[in-house]
Amino acid sequence: MVQLLTLAVVGIVGGVPAKPIINESIRNLYFHVSMWFAMMILFTVALVNAVKYLRTGKLKYDIYAVEYTNAGIVFCILGLVTGMIWANYTWGKPWSNDPKQTGAAIALLIYLAYLVLRGSLTDIDKRARVSAVYGIFAFFMLIPTLWVIPRLLESLHPGGMGNPAFNTKDADVRMRVVFWPLAVPGWTLLGVWITTLRIRIRILEEKKLQHA
Amino acid sequence: MKKIIALLRKDLLLEFRQQYSLYGILLYVASTVFVLYLAMGQPEDHVWNGLFWMIQLFICVNGVAKSFLQENRGRMLYYYSLSGARDFMLSKLLFNTLLMALLSVLCWLLFGLLLGNPVSNGWRFLGISIFGGFGLSLVFTFLSAIAARAQQNAAMMAILGFPLIITQLLMLMKLSNTAFSQVVQDSLLQMILLLAALDAGVVVLALILFPFLWKD
Repeated sequence: MVQLLTLAVVGIVGGVPAKPIINESIRNLYFHVSMWFAMMILFTVALVNAVKYLRTGKLKYDIYAVEYTNAGIVFCILGLVTGMIWANYTWGKPWSNDPKQTGAAIALLIYLAYLVLRGSLTDIDKRARVSAVYGIFAFFMLIPTLWVIPRLLESLHPGGMGNPAFNTKDADVRMRVVFWPLAVPGWTLLGVWITTLRIRIRILEEKKLQHA
Repeated sequence: MKKIIALLRKDLLLEFRQQYSLYGILLYVASTVFVLYLAMGQPEDHVWNGLFWMIQLFICVNGVAKSFLQENRGRMLYYYSLSGARDFMLSKLLFNTLLMALLSVLCWLLFGLLLGNPVSNGWRFLGISIFGGFGLSLVFTFLSAIAARAQQNAAMMAILGFPLIITQLLMLMKLSNTAFSQVVQDSLLQMILLLAALDAGVVVLALILFPFLWKD
């Protein structure tokens, strides 16, 4: 929380390098880019929990996996929206079928499909197992979409042909000091905090059902 | 290995005995392409290519979907005790890739017949379409195994599968675009290798994950 508050202040008034084209909009690095970091971390945690569920069969891990996925989806939507706001000013329109935009949209669709799949199954154990299998499969199918394809295709996005997320050379020391220790952990921890709250509620509900 | 071949033979035999399902899917291909011909006439290269892959996708969903849906619970249990989950999955994957290769060729012939044939490098296009059909059928075979566990499984296949397949489909479209001219691009090999790696990954994941789906 403290990190995000500091980020809000520094992100808006802190010094940034003036680069052509991106200019002051480079401040979005603190928000947009670190949200994608948070999403990837949350989805990876969900993946680990899905694997754990398949290995142990404990329903606890299933709840973890779903809630981390939910939080990941929230950050995915936030990342898309912040990106579109940025693109509206920099590229002139919010959506231009850039490979990075389509990749993000595909990720969102895949994880929404995961939720639909869960909704269609009623038996708790079966739901946990089938959705864990789909979750793992989907995560690995997503890797080429998010990590390989953007490196191959041309794109207007900062970072251009190389890095799928951003151009590491754009930021100067002042920005790195804010980005790595504040922005990335800040958003990630916010995600984790929301998730743990939701997990606790879910576990309490389960207990209530068992005692009723 | 023997078990896989036996299971594959069983699937092939079943297909020959119950010919209606094979004819059904062949007719599906023919009528879709015909409707497309009525709607579009003879479109230009880009449209042709896009339409071809969309039709491939729909054929794949319909052709492959039944592989797990047609097996009922009792028979699944019987196979399980007889051969084990991995052999079963592998035989299904093999069968579906064969089926899809057949359907791809048919689809291309019909496209050439009705919508015109703008392809200048025929062999390359044929190779790409069979290779692409191979990748599509692998993904959808595994998804049909997942969807078979859920209700409304046919609709579920589309919901689960389409977002997963978009990337692969886009790459295939780019790849097959190269067959419209004689120019050879450097990135061709890179894309083929990437797709092949993706296919291999799907097979490995399917083999690792399928036993978990199976247990009930």
